[in-house]
Amino acid sequence: MKVIEVLGPGCNNCQRLEANAREAVAQTGIEAEIRHVTDYAEIAQRGVMNTPGLVIDGRVVSTGKVVAPATIAVWLQEG
Amino acid sequence: MTTLAARRVQVPLWLTVVVGSALWLVAWFLALPLSTWVAFDVLGLDQASQLGHAVAFFLFDVPKVLLLLTGIVTLVSFLRSFVSPEKVRAALAGRNAVVGTAAAAGFGIVTPFCSCSAVPLFIGFLEAGVPLGVTFAFLVASPMVNEVAIVLLWGLVGPQLTIAYVVAGLVVAVFAGLLIGRLGLERYVEDYVWKIRAGSIDVDFRPTLADRTRDAWRSTLDIVGRVWPYVIAGIGLGAVIHGFVPTELVVQIGGRGNPLAVPALVALGVPLYSNAAGTIPIIEALLGKGLPVGSALAFMMAITALSLPEMVILRKVMKPRLLATFVGVVAAGIVAIGYLFNLLAG
Repeated sequence: MKVIEVLGPGCNNCQRLEANAREAVAQTGIEAEIRHVTDYAEIAQRGVMNTPGLVIDGRVVSTGKVVAPATIAVWLQEG
Repeated sequence: MTTLAARRVQVPLWLTVVVGSALWLVAWFLALPLSTWVAFDVLGLDQASQLGHAVAFFLFDVPKVLLLLTGIVTLVSFLRSFVSPEKVRAALAGRNAVVGTAAAAGFGIVTPFCSCSAVPLFIGFLEAGVPLGVTFAFLVASPMVNEVAIVLLWGLVGPQLTIAYVVAGLVVAVFAGLLIGRLGLERYVEDYVWKIRAGSIDVDFRPTLADRTRDAWRSTLDIVGRVWPYVIAGIGLGAVIHGFVPTELVVQIGGRGNPLAVPALVALGVPLYSNAAGTIPIIEALLGKGLPVGSALAFMMAITALSLPEMVILRKVMKPRLLATFVGVVAAGIVAIGYLFNLLAG
């Protein structure tokens, strides 16, 4: 079971990244839990300055970008 | 992974880029002849009439601005993929005030930053030892000197005012940064900010050139997709002003004779945030009707630099006094720029 976290205060791009992550999970069929972290202090603690950030299993894989579902799917399968 | 990749028809990326650029050029050179042809031959409007003038203006400016936006934003997004806030922060930490502030304002131009990133960025900079004033210089310059505003200014108003805008923006950012740094307002940053132990990250995913190009194109579609209705509405309204609003009216209300015009325009700019796309065409039309350059500059800077939603977000990390100082210093700087340019141009 993987844990995907979307870090962002809830702006438009964060919502879209979360939707893309859900799509990637559906595409790959990998079991994963998706969380949305909106707390600024926690976002900063993860070292993310440019939202939205994407975290898979505790590792920051991207910041400041709405990553496409296909790319997230690749990352999910790699790890 | 193979199944995902196989589903897409593989057109080489360079071919897409070459064909796309060629199409862009063709459209660019066809915009003027096509727009005059449609306005005066197809619609049969009189070249000397106000209506004909307004329609031709609209038909030419809309494709011109949308093409410029698409082209330049793609290029800027691509170049920007090489600069990250992490790199900027590393370059700024531990610099002395003057060098750091000037560098921060400069980095503000090239660093991607949306207003919802303002807080994590603010915390991340301070935690890494970037001084408060330097952080503010960045926060002021980054939204003000942005590619959408620059493209619209360049395309609609011309290079001179665009350069004036960029330079004035940097001056205000450096001035605000140095002043806030001097005032020693660190205690007005919300206390929890200093307690956070910000982590540092190491994203080991290295994008290829193809990745960067694709990302740039995606973010361009995103940006242009968001602003085009405002561009069209703004140019439409600008066309109406061009054709129908009497010059005397603009000069009387916004002209040099009215000393309150600059602060009033700055106040008006605050709620218009993120609508640089819609307001610059209107400003261009007003400039043609005799709005002084300084007033126009101040209005544009207020639109991009002072935003109500960003202030609400920044309140989470700044106590009211710091937030008020920040807004006051930036607003004062913009008003001063407005008066200065009105004086110089007059």
